[in-house]
Amino acid sequence: MTEKKDNEALDVAYVARLARLELADHEIRDFQGQLEDIVGYVRKIQELDVSGVEPTAHPAPVVNVFREDVVGPSLKREDVLNNAPLHDEDQFLVPKIVE
Amino acid sequence: MVEPEYVATIGLEVHVQLDTVSKMFCACRTSFAAPPNTAVCPVCLGYPGALPVMNRKAVEYTVRAGLMLDCDIQSHSKFDRKSYFYPDMPKNYQISQYDQPLCQGGGVEIDTDAGTRIIRLRRIHLEEDVAKNMHFAQSSGVDFNRAGTPLMEIVTQPDIESADEALGFLQTLKALMLYSGVSRCNLEEGNMRCDVNISMRPAGREALGTKAEIKNLNTFKGVQGALLYEIDRQADVLRGGGEIVQETRRWDVDVGKTFSMRIKEDDHDYRYFPDPDLMPVVLEPKEIADWRQELPEAPRARRVRFVEQYELPDYDAGVLVADKAVADYFEEAADLSSNSKAVSNWIMTEMLRMLAEREGAITDVLIRPAALAELIGLVDDETLNSNSAKEVFVSLFEDGGMPAALVKEKGLAQVSDSASIEAFVEQAIAENPKSVSDYKAGKTKAAKFLVGQVMRMSQGRSNPQLVMKALESRLAD
Repeated sequence: MTEKKDNEALDVAYVARLARLELADHEIRDFQGQLEDIVGYVRKIQELDVSGVEPTAHPAPVVNVFREDVVGPSLKREDVLNNAPLHDEDQFLVPKIVE
Repeated sequence: MVEPEYVATIGLEVHVQLDTVSKMFCACRTSFAAPPNTAVCPVCLGYPGALPVMNRKAVEYTVRAGLMLDCDIQSHSKFDRKSYFYPDMPKNYQISQYDQPLCQGGGVEIDTDAGTRIIRLRRIHLEEDVAKNMHFAQSSGVDFNRAGTPLMEIVTQPDIESADEALGFLQTLKALMLYSGVSRCNLEEGNMRCDVNISMRPAGREALGTKAEIKNLNTFKGVQGALLYEIDRQADVLRGGGEIVQETRRWDVDVGKTFSMRIKEDDHDYRYFPDPDLMPVVLEPKEIADWRQELPEAPRARRVRFVEQYELPDYDAGVLVADKAVADYFEEAADLSSNSKAVSNWIMTEMLRMLAEREGAITDVLIRPAALAELIGLVDDETLNSNSAKEVFVSLFEDGGMPAALVKEKGLAQVSDSASIEAFVEQAIAENPKSVSDYKAGKTKAAKFLVGQVMRMSQGRSNPQLVMKALESRLAD
């Protein structure tokens, strides 16, 4: 029963829409199966007792990696704009944004 | 008064730009005025593989702001990725803080018509600003100078009940941020921007109504206007038996209305997850305690102290402490003067008026506090009458210098010796027989006219009280 419920939580079509990915129906079916396999594999960790383990986002025990508030060089605008498919003399241009 | 039919519940999210010289995660300069796309690098342009490194000062400033607002500073906090798709953020996520912000709780005490209230805060987190879009006929332009600028997002509890309270909160918050020195709070430059959440419910009902969000208000007037409009709109819908739709709306300042932006609910699934590029921030209690120690006196405490220490009316104290720089100026001048009330008067009238006319800042003003104190001394010992004092003030405001020297150089000292005054009085009487007879017939206006004549003859330098006295005694003969 739990398995079924967890599978329902994985909505490939929804995730694809959020990521702006256009998927055909057969792709959604394929990925659904593949992703469920991956999630099922990761789910193995639920078999372990982790009650005494602090949740952590990083494996390395490093904190407070800072830089001082000092200005360094920026890139040349010409170089920056040349990387873009479309630009005018000082800005990047993108398809018109409609609010 | 009749109880209002519907009551408003309002919460604010205020973005405050931190006053660092470099950006949040890279060394590009933070610059409002730079030509487009000249303060950019692979990090703030969102190039794949570019690695962000946290600006220590941005973290420090956020904590200092949190201390100023009575927040609980979190010893452990982290950064997360907030996913969304928009051309102002090419890496398709904004670095922000989700479940472990730097500051939690806190509150801001505001004045309302019904006394003081505390607007509680939910949290303050630190995040990066996004790029600026400009809309052209066929396309939109993107300028990345602003992208990556450190922003604090200050989130209130839904404690605000009216547009006026929202305005009061923002003004008080701005003063507190200026006091703590973490932001310049320049609204013209977009240093403070605001999203508001507002819902209405029938008076007396506990459960909150459905809320609307109005995004990206960049003036306090805009917040007030949008709220006034939205309160009316929602009350009208509810009174008509309709339902409020949960949605994002946009304030159009020119029309004075809010409009639905029709954003799909999907867009709000930000899929936050910890940013693997950034290590957590751990603050030591000692560090936090040191910053707490360095907090400036809060405006409220300072206002009370001004009333006690300088014997000012509460109104004066309120005006002066609203701007830390003005209060600092006052205090420096008042400590050099024996007449604090006069210092307050000069600042509240001439000084603030002239600064407003010239859009100047009191920190750059040429008339120094010592000069103002000396000027007040010259008025109090009757060396200057009030007209000449104003003339001296204007000259010092424009060109700087010290008043005593200026008075000497320009010969502005008030004429108080009785011989010269009596001579002027004789002349005025001789030249204005009509006024003299009017005066003798009991017309007090005629006396004022004669005093005016003497002032004119002496180029405004006579002591008007002495002139009046001399006139009265001469005409009483």
